[in-house]
Amino acid sequence: MIKLDKLSKIFETPGGGTVTAADKVTMEVPEGEICVLLGPSGCGKTTTLKMINGLIPKTSGKIHVAGRDTDDVDPVALRRSIGYVIQQIGLFPNMTIEDNISVVPDLLGWDRKKSRARAGELLELVNLDPGIFLKRFPKELSGGQQQRVGVIRALAADPPVLLMDEPFGAIDPINRAVIQDEFLKMQKELRKTIAFVSHDIDEAIKMGDKIAIFKDGILEQYDSPDDLLARPKNDFIASFLGSDRTLKRLSLLKVSDVMISSQIRVVAQDPVAKARDLMKEAGHKNVVMVGPRGRARGFLHLNDILDETGRVEEHFQALPTTVHPDDDLRTAVSRMFRHDTTWLACVDDDGFFQGFVTQRAISHALGATYRDHADHAPAEAL
Amino acid sequence: MDTLLFISQNLDVIAERTLQHISIVGVAIGLAILTGVPIGILITLNQRAADIVLYIAAIIITIPSIALFGLMIPVLSLIGHGIGYLPAVIAVLLYSQLPIIRNTYTAISNVDPALREAARGLGMPPKQRLARVEIPLAIPVVMAGVRIAVVMNIGITAIAAYIGAGGLGVFISRGISQSDPRQLITGAIMVSLLAIASDYALLWLQRRLTPASSSGAGH
Repeated sequence: MIKLDKLSKIFETPGGGTVTAADKVTMEVPEGEICVLLGPSGCGKTTTLKMINGLIPKTSGKIHVAGRDTDDVDPVALRRSIGYVIQQIGLFPNMTIEDNISVVPDLLGWDRKKSRARAGELLELVNLDPGIFLKRFPKELSGGQQQRVGVIRALAADPPVLLMDEPFGAIDPINRAVIQDEFLKMQKELRKTIAFVSHDIDEAIKMGDKIAIFKDGILEQYDSPDDLLARPKNDFIASFLGSDRTLKRLSLLKVSDVMISSQIRVVAQDPVAKARDLMKEAGHKNVVMVGPRGRARGFLHLNDILDETGRVEEHFQALPTTVHPDDDLRTAVSRMFRHDTTWLACVDDDGFFQGFVTQRAISHALGATYRDHADHAPAEAL
Repeated sequence: MDTLLFISQNLDVIAERTLQHISIVGVAIGLAILTGVPIGILITLNQRAADIVLYIAAIIITIPSIALFGLMIPVLSLIGHGIGYLPAVIAVLLYSQLPIIRNTYTAISNVDPALREAARGLGMPPKQRLARVEIPLAIPVVMAGVRIAVVMNIGITAIAAYIGAGGLGVFISRGISQSDPRQLITGAIMVSLLAIASDYALLWLQRRLTPASSSGAGH
């Protein structure tokens, strides 16, 4: 747990004036959560982060890390007990990857065998083959590989708390997304308490359990990403989050959150009349055709079969695309727009039909936060 | 032909004077590393001290060697070493300070600030930072300074023959006073060869001391 209590930093400028880089910042990062410190350049987010491990001495206020007042701990011992990752990575070029990862264990006087074995395990954790990488030097690694090593170096002595200063900022967008996903997967198991500085809203939404928005040294709002996007406290935050902030919430919600589970389905041999009756009964305009074991095979549109006879297999159309219940709504909406459709069939890993998601249901879910009394999700658009 | 004959007939003397030469330069440079590197590291802590020290070292290097030897005679005579080995070593020691101090200072102050921050953030106290990160990264640049000092001082040591320090300069000074081109050429060639050989040997050592894949780091 990280607890900041009226934490302030006042820098003196050469001209004799003062600059308040952090102004009575009070916040708490609960055990096992990632808190993203977000804001424009010079807003005080990095200063606040660096005060936590004492790289920047605080002017006033209190900091508690893992239950201890940092004033009562020797700064060097404190830093060894807190993982630290920086944007420039900072791997030591004169040391092998193995020695780089083991820097803190070495400083702590761990047994060499133990620390080197751990270095190998940590490399595997980030999908780098220890057999190849342990004895290499940082220069021989790509930027993405170096930053993975930078992250596991911070984890080497298994600190409960991690400070990350724009850790993925210098990595190209494709690799960044991969490393972010890897890191989130690791965090699911490791459950570290993490303060994470970023200036990228999308990264903050993706990584943060909570987001703290700073401006001019003041903590403006501290909330979960969804609450922040749905209810920015003031105009600055609203404009910083962007006019498309409601759309950004799409990536926070999963298809399963708005999916309408449906047992209504037809098989190839069913008469078209049965499909028509099912749709009319349920008030739907489409019905999904499944295979013998329940895999989604296609669909029928009500208007196409109003006067038709025969079997479903003679009239069905292929499904343009499907989504997985674990996909985020951003993916779902993107697919709907690409295929010019207002609904998508949801299928599981094996292709079995689970239900459907509609544009109405999605816009309803996004709008629900803004309404005092949410009514039931309508499905008549299907 | 005369010169070659002279060389072949005097190999033992050449070897002896070469060893004298190496001894003066080697001892002086060794002492210069022991003094210059710590000074170079210390002055990274204070910009003003750095300016003053580098300024003094630069002034010393501008004193002509003959003048420096002359200046030392009365001072060192007080301990009975006005001429000979000791003033030669002291002169080389003084002339070596600038390249060694300056390169050490530059190398340490040019260590990537990100590395320094990472080291601090991971909990390395200043001494460990110096020992584990900054000095290893500075070694190639410090060694480059040592190479400059060695090559430069092999030439200066030749002049120390005039104050009776021995070495290859004896061939040159006698060649001039006796109008004997054989000795003059022998001395000049040997000084040049020694300088070139030392430079290559130190280059090899510099590469050995540079971690495999960090060559260029710290520049």
